[in-house]
Amino acid sequence: MADPDILIRARGLTKVFGGSVAVDGIDFELRRGEVFGFLGPNGAGKSSTMRMIGCVSPPSAGELTVLGLDPVRDGPAIRARLGVVPQEDTLDVELTVRENLLVYGRYFGLRRDVIAERTARLLDFVQLADRAGDQVEPLSGGMKRRLTIARSLISEPEILLLDEPTTGLDPQARHVVWDRLYRLKQGGVTLVLTTHYMDEAEQLCDRLVVMDRGRIVAQGTPRDLIAAYSSPEVLELRFPVGEQEQAAEKLADVPADRTEVLADRVLLYSADGEATLAEVRRRGLEPATTLVRRGTLEDVFLRLTGRRLED
Amino acid sequence: MPEPGPRRGPAIRQGWRPPQAAAAGPARLRRIQLRIVPAVLLAARRAGLGGQGSARLIERHARVYRRTWGVLVSGVFEPLFYLLSIGVGLGRLVGTVPGPAGRPVGFASFVAPALLATSAMNGAVLDSTYNVFFRLKYAKLYDAALATPMRADEIALGEIGWALIRGGLYGCAFMAVMLAMGLVHSAWATAAIPVALLIGFAFAGAGMAATTFMTSWQHFEYIMLATMPMFLFSTTFYPLGVYPRAIQIVIECTPLYQGIVLLRGLTLGAVGPGLLASVAYLAVMGAAGLHLAGRRISRLLLR
Amino acid sequence: MAWRRRGAGHPGGAALAARQLRFWLTNYRRTWRGSIYSGVLSPVLYLAAMGVGLGAIVDARHPAGLGGVSYAAFLAPGLMAAQAMQTAMEESTYPVFGSVKWLKTYQAAAATPLRPADLFHGHLLFTALRLAMNACVFLAVMAAFGTIRSAWALACVPGAVLTGLAFAAPVEAFTVTRTRDSSFTMLFRFGMIPLFLFSGTFFPVTQLPAVIRPPAYLTPLWHGVALCRSLSLGAAGLAGSAAHVGYLAGVAGAGLAAGRVTYRRRLHA
Repeated sequence: MADPDILIRARGLTKVFGGSVAVDGIDFELRRGEVFGFLGPNGAGKSSTMRMIGCVSPPSAGELTVLGLDPVRDGPAIRARLGVVPQEDTLDVELTVRENLLVYGRYFGLRRDVIAERTARLLDFVQLADRAGDQVEPLSGGMKRRLTIARSLISEPEILLLDEPTTGLDPQARHVVWDRLYRLKQGGVTLVLTTHYMDEAEQLCDRLVVMDRGRIVAQGTPRDLIAAYSSPEVLELRFPVGEQEQAAEKLADVPADRTEVLADRVLLYSADGEATLAEVRRRGLEPATTLVRRGTLEDVFLRLTGRRLED
Repeated sequence: MPEPGPRRGPAIRQGWRPPQAAAAGPARLRRIQLRIVPAVLLAARRAGLGGQGSARLIERHARVYRRTWGVLVSGVFEPLFYLLSIGVGLGRLVGTVPGPAGRPVGFASFVAPALLATSAMNGAVLDSTYNVFFRLKYAKLYDAALATPMRADEIALGEIGWALIRGGLYGCAFMAVMLAMGLVHSAWATAAIPVALLIGFAFAGAGMAATTFMTSWQHFEYIMLATMPMFLFSTTFYPLGVYPRAIQIVIECTPLYQGIVLLRGLTLGAVGPGLLASVAYLAVMGAAGLHLAGRRISRLLLR
Repeated sequence: MAWRRRGAGHPGGAALAARQLRFWLTNYRRTWRGSIYSGVLSPVLYLAAMGVGLGAIVDARHPAGLGGVSYAAFLAPGLMAAQAMQTAMEESTYPVFGSVKWLKTYQAAAATPLRPADLFHGHLLFTALRLAMNACVFLAVMAAFGTIRSAWALACVPGAVLTGLAFAAPVEAFTVTRTRDSSFTMLFRFGMIPLFLFSGTFFPVTQLPAVIRPPAYLTPLWHGVALCRSLSLGAAGLAGSAAHVGYLAGVAGAGLAAGRVTYRRRLHA
């Protein structure tokens, strides 16, 4: 591997389960210190990719190197340098909060005094110091997630893999997790995460790939992707039930870069949303609600796949 | 009906899953662990298996069971009850039975080594089937461990090592009671505890391999269908001679019978080179089970 | 049975309990295969190994038999009572505990018109049904092994059911107070197994040292074993049988009273 700053490199990476192709020949590179995201709906192949990177799922075809090593041959050696936050918590419910970190650290072969020092620091970091002696079971979903993140950091990994880190959490708990991940990023930790939340991807990722049906459909920074595949502003219109179809016909000649008719609303992509709205009104259309907003990754995904992220 | 040794039969039969294994490990286990584990792990590492990860999994179990160590330690009472019952009750009713080489032996002396073998079998089977299934399918313990440098074969070895530590504890207590009741008739009996561990190893390996093929709690019925007839018919209560030759051959093929022959020979002092065949039988069974279990766990979790 | 008389005090009590019984029967349709092992195979194997195999050795040493009968004939009714105890204890520990703690089906049911006592009665009814089924199968196995000496053996079926209920009612009352299942390990280890081994199933209690004989006579299992054995061997006297039945019914009734309180405390706390 020529460039020591490329931590993960995939070429034509493929994963097949039985007859179905979960990951279909994808290429990407992860650089040291960046936050790299896989954005896509459920079933896009994000988790399969993460499991291959985590050396718990051998690739079916293609090349994959992690930290310059071969995941199939050097799995344990690579895993020793990775931190993993799986999609579903795998916390040890027979142990207390503190013991979860202790035992996990021992799995890495760390010395007890080293683990004890890190445990204190990490429990502070994820704001669970006051629950250290508690059982895991009664913790809230957000607390469990934070504990899983702390656990994944016990070995001071070079790369942290997070598979849907905030799925299933309430909005407040998500923000706490985002805040902690942002601090890790500030601290220089290399993060790889998957998500189907475009706000999560926009907030956290330096660079991301958009995945759909096992393939990468676009990659770049969130800003570049929005610039390339969306417009600066988006006008969202909702019409009373049953009237949307006729309205959409009338909207056809409104000057806009692009028009998307969804089940519940119509999206008009343009540089100036207010100007577009004025055009709509001039045609005698009175939508039930209107919204002018910035273009987002959701729009990018819609443009690339014709589908919405969270469907 | 209950057999000696720890069990989870009632819960299994009903299809209930416990959120955590009931039995527990005391702090003093660590000392026992220090003595037994290195020997097992050293042998395993020579056989090309990792030992470090296994030791850490055992450490985890010891930590969990430390909280309810009373339950684990109280397990030594079960074989004690069985021995007492046979000593004061059935033993007087039966008198003597023909032991190895046809010499008459007191009933309690005849049955005690068989109960030790059965207890070793049941303990190993419980640990390697029911508890492993729970950790594999529900607790996701191995998924978590496989995100660390730990390997699947180390997990398999660690589980079996833990089963042997518990088995060793019960074996020691059982032998102490046998000694106190005057049921030990030979210095060869010092080898009985390692042999009890070997029996545990054989059943833990096979049990764990079998567990990796199970998909529902109902499948545990099959394990009980195997262990219960073995307990009753593998010459536990009377010599092989009562059966017709055809049935004798079937029984001679069962692993529990091989274990009983070994332990009975040692505690009654009837030792010959023939016992080595039984040792080989059990060692091969355990090693094959361990190997298969490690590969199957890889197949199941490293997909 | 005792619960029915007491349940009559509540309007519709029996009907409500029957609803809960239906729940358990539906559940049983899924898991009945597992009970074949404990219900059918276990008695056959035990009678073959201990009754026939070991029996041959015992009978050779005691040509006159134990009280005039073969060891197999002595053992079989004892095993029948012991099996009732085990079925009752299994049925009244993990399934009940699971309903409260893991599956929360009891909490769900307690939010309906069913009262805690109805849940308790419903499950006891189900346990009684299982006990009766097992006892019938066991009786057939005994007949096949030729160990029945009297037509009175038919009365072993209600005898075994009563023996089982003397365990099921108090144990179930205890179960709903538990928050961890390790209690059951201890209950089986220090309750069921010593009873199984020392209450006259495998050898007469008179063989026990004098000091532990009185407590053995106080155990419900000894009364169950003595009742079933005297019926099966045709040696039952009216006074003795009435004493056994009265004792077992007393224990079951005390358990029933306790269970109503503990069920209410746990579910309507």
